[in-house]
Amino acid sequence: MKNRLKVLRAERDWTQAQLAERLEVSRQTVNAIEKGKFDPSLPLAFKAARLFGMPIEEIFQDE
Amino acid sequence: MSNSNSASDGWNANLRRRTIRLAYWTVAWVATMAIATFGPEVIWPAGSALTPIAIGVNLLIGFGMIWANKEHLRSLDEMHQRIQLEAMGIALGVGLVVGMAYSNLDISNVISSDAEISYLVIVVALTYLVSVFIGTRKYR
Repeated sequence: MKNRLKVLRAERDWTQAQLAERLEVSRQTVNAIEKGKFDPSLPLAFKAARLFGMPIEEIFQDE
Repeated sequence: MSNSNSASDGWNANLRRRTIRLAYWTVAWVATMAIATFGPEVIWPAGSALTPIAIGVNLLIGFGMIWANKEHLRSLDEMHQRIQLEAMGIALGVGLVVGMAYSNLDISNVISSDAEISYLVIVVALTYLVSVFIGTRKYR
């Protein structure tokens, strides 16, 4: 699954650690999601969507 | 923003608290295991009523450690829960397969010594540690 987390994070000038804090996950988990090595659960994906204020499908796309 | 930070502080603090709690329970379990094992040899006379009491206390502390481990797992985020799940699955499988094979070697007298459960515990623990290490690297 592709995602735009890294771009959205960079637009807000957040570090991985800061995004991790906001999503209540570890920095390693944010890194793995950004690299496409780990697909988040639906609740976590919705949490990211709420955080960035955009629809979930604009952040995560099926490859 | 402050709500987000306070929520994450709560999440991080909760994880830290449960990790420390698990460490305390583990240390207590190891200590009571050592007392139950070596007590009859070096602290009190063999055959004393203290031996079953020490074993009972160790058992109770062990259940506490299991509960603390469960709570610790619940406090991890979903990726680390998956790493732990995969590591525990592999460790359980290796423990079962190697343990039964080891038992068969003992029963059929292929090995001269009796099978020791402590060897199995070491195999399971090392398998678990290596699996967690590999799992962590996989998602890096």
